[in-house]
Amino acid sequence: MPVYAELRARLRAELPVALVTVIDGPGVGGKLLVTPDGEPMGTLGNAELDRIATRDALAELEAGRSGIRHYGPEGQTTPEDLVDTPVVRAFIESWAPPPQMWIFGAVDFTAALGKVAKVLGYRVTVCDAREVFATRRRFPMADEVVVSWPGALFERRGHTLGSRDAVCILTHDPKFDVPAVQGALATSAGYIGVMGSRKTHAKRMERLAEVGIDQPEQLARLMSPIGLDLGARTPEETAVSICAEIIARRTGRLAPSLRDGEGPIHG
Amino acid sequence: MKELLDDIDRWQAAGARVAIARVVDIEGSGPREPGAAMAVNEHGEVAGSVSGGCVEGAVVSEALAILAGEAPSRIVTFGYSDDEAFAVGLTCGGIIRLFIEPLDW
Repeated sequence: MPVYAELRARLRAELPVALVTVIDGPGVGGKLLVTPDGEPMGTLGNAELDRIATRDALAELEAGRSGIRHYGPEGQTTPEDLVDTPVVRAFIESWAPPPQMWIFGAVDFTAALGKVAKVLGYRVTVCDAREVFATRRRFPMADEVVVSWPGALFERRGHTLGSRDAVCILTHDPKFDVPAVQGALATSAGYIGVMGSRKTHAKRMERLAEVGIDQPEQLARLMSPIGLDLGARTPEETAVSICAEIIARRTGRLAPSLRDGEGPIHG
Repeated sequence: MKELLDDIDRWQAAGARVAIARVVDIEGSGPREPGAAMAVNEHGEVAGSVSGGCVEGAVVSEALAILAGEAPSRIVTFGYSDDEAFAVGLTCGGIIRLFIEPLDW
């Protein structure tokens, strides 16, 4: 079972991989395993069909999506070419690496947020410049603990952040959170949240303006103060309110109670 | 799929044949996204889930039939508005399509 063995190895190593399966039409059960860094493995029964399906699988993988595609037996995709030909229905399933959450500030809230983020499947990085606080022992749930100033981490790895990733800045300390906000805004991170009271938030906005962060499109990306208005008090409750906000931002929901609305629940 | 690997390893090491059921399509309100998967071995043991528990029992029967060679690898549809013989509905009222096949690839 070479295809399954390779799929299993890549899933365990958290490497990106897509599996194309013919689920209906000629060649049901046919398999093609596609990766961004090598030749595809297996076949759907036709070389041109394999080529087209590989192209589509790489696109699905890029977007972290899974779904069904329809082809002709020789890889035809346009509706005119699909008339009078049996249709191959292929399920493209893609496994992208887990989304990242970078948490700045080694505080009590960090441990709670790290735990909830792990439940949701994030790869968690904790970053603080203070060596005595940023230790593995204090944050065993984190995938890595980095002792660094924010700017250095963003410079090194900011380009790896994308729309599925979150940056949560919990430091409360302007000399740390201003550069963290600057660094985060220079990335494509889908969520940027900054913790603080209304007063801290107001002061922070002044400091951000002093360093040139005052454009509406920049400020619109900042969730500050961080989190949904759940009335959270403990670090754990606050972690839930932050993660709930991340989900709501991604789905574009306003996050009221389902009871008080009417639309579809999962849609 | 990833959460099934350990159980599948164990079953295969013991010589058991395995079928995989994956959600390939949902219409309307569905409890799990495409890609949600469960594995069933020839002794009827189960790993993973494909819904909120509404259709798993029926999936086991289908998977066992496929492993026994009584049915081909195929798409199986479950849902409220389904006219076919599968008398199993989803509590959320949606339609869910699964592809069930032997793990022999």
